[in-house]
Amino acid sequence: MEYTLKEMMAITAAREIKNEDIVFCGTGISMLAAMAAKNINAPESVIFFETGAIDSKLEEIPLAVGDPRVMYHTSANGGLLDSFATMQNAITGQHVVGILGAAQVDKFGNLNSTVIGDYESPKIRFSGSGGGCDVASFVPRSIIFMQHEKRKFVKKLDYLTSPGYLDGPDGRKNAGLIPGGPELVITNMGVMRFDDTTKQMYLAAFYPGITPEQILDKMEFSVDTSRAEEATPPTAEELTLLREKCDHQRLILS
Amino acid sequence: MNLKQDKVMDLTTAINTYVKDRCHLSLGGFTINRNPMAAVYEIIRQRVKNIHLYAHSNGQGVDELIGGGCVSHLEIAYGGSGKFASTCIRFRKAVEENLLQVEDYTNYQMTLRFLAGAMGVPFLPCRSSMGTDIVNKWGFSQEMRKTSKKLPDDKLTIMDNPFSGWLDTEKVVLVPAIQPDVTIVHVQKADKRGNCRIQGLTFADAEQAKAAKHLIVTCEELYDNDELKTDSDQNQIPFIHVDAVVHVPHGAYPTACYHHYDYDPNYLKAYAKKAKDDTLHGEYLKEMIHGCQTQQDLIAKTGPEQMAAIAADPQTGYARNLDRK
Repeated sequence: MEYTLKEMMAITAAREIKNEDIVFCGTGISMLAAMAAKNINAPESVIFFETGAIDSKLEEIPLAVGDPRVMYHTSANGGLLDSFATMQNAITGQHVVGILGAAQVDKFGNLNSTVIGDYESPKIRFSGSGGGCDVASFVPRSIIFMQHEKRKFVKKLDYLTSPGYLDGPDGRKNAGLIPGGPELVITNMGVMRFDDTTKQMYLAAFYPGITPEQILDKMEFSVDTSRAEEATPPTAEELTLLREKCDHQRLILS
Repeated sequence: MNLKQDKVMDLTTAINTYVKDRCHLSLGGFTINRNPMAAVYEIIRQRVKNIHLYAHSNGQGVDELIGGGCVSHLEIAYGGSGKFASTCIRFRKAVEENLLQVEDYTNYQMTLRFLAGAMGVPFLPCRSSMGTDIVNKWGFSQEMRKTSKKLPDDKLTIMDNPFSGWLDTEKVVLVPAIQPDVTIVHVQKADKRGNCRIQGLTFADAEQAKAAKHLIVTCEELYDNDELKTDSDQNQIPFIHVDAVVHVPHGAYPTACYHHYDYDPNYLKAYAKKAKDDTLHGEYLKEMIHGCQTQQDLIAKTGPEQMAAIAADPQTGYARNLDRK
């Protein structure tokens, strides 16, 4: 079955989500990935939003985490204090998987979603942290969505908005952060993971028709490609459920 | 504190009374939901200048207030309007053109800062942002902070856990309280004395409301004083915090108001297009904001057909099958 890169990315992320995970999601493809997991491989996963909605029914895809669609048929409609406490406290927080995106990522999975250029007088201003830095600070696992471009996979971030492993294996501990950090980076070309020992990014998978060299070409820093394998494309069943159950209005997929 | 039985006034009077040049203001709502848009438009019409604005993730309200030329300083976690503007457009332009001084926090930090203000404590701790530029890079210098009585001397600070190691915590980030001069929230139901009932997510509205020196409430439905005292477990803001109650049906439009109406995708898309171009944005301000005297004039421009399309379905609270492409 034919599929788009967006579908490949959403399904790749969905497969990482397990039953009993609490999935923190943002806008766009991260919302779609969480819905795909719920509808395909992890029906017992729980979707929740920083706005305070937990276990929303999501009959239609929300276009923002403040969309009224996240408020329908929830376990509780609270507020921001509730959602961040859920992640900061270890009792529930250790079950949370964050899904994040950014303008830049470095080899330790630190993210920039604030500015390009100087903070004082930036060339480009982005939305800022929102809850991104909070999630990345609190939860044990996160999935990052990125477009593979040289200006996005950079040696040095213009601004470190959300912590990955900071400067290496002891980075989070030294800074005083809760243990955690990103598990994988899903792009339009492949999947990067982080080495258990060095916490540095490596290429884990490339999509059919893409080579590791082409991926390296789209990065400012080099990564280990010796563990890379070809990714498994989405199955017909996954694609059908994604298209019909998650985004039948084609608001994100189109 | 205002204990009057009847705090109902019109929007022009409420804004004129409480929202002054250089005031410190916070707005309720989140991205494209329950922003107090009628109040934002009235602030723009009254040409209030140099507002110091506090926001977690307000989106549309913040962007229009910046675009209206009302804001000089902004403390914010997130400036985006969902799929309609992943970064708010006039916010982005104002920062890139150095027309706005910005200080970045996280959403949790901004929420805790409002809560600290509401509690009357100078700061609250959290375990977020250690090792990041949220801690390291400041938008407002210490010198600038020292010249303002309304700002603490530091953006934030990191402290060793005084209960050494308790809850496996070595360090915490302390964020300072916010007590805005004015907060404005839009709610579904309010009575004349100011008791408020919000349906759906409350975001940080209650904390923002209780932190402020003055609170303006705009509401979809206005009730007599005893009517919201039944089922009062559904009320979030009691009258003691409230200074002005303004009855503004569709007061959050073009953002959503749960169980009343959805966001208007057509308006938000058209806004995003105009906001990108200074000339078109100037025309937008002239026609849609200054060209209207009230929120009802703006609703009339949108027309009954689109207002019917965004009307909330009673079961789900949003407009099912609304064309959002």
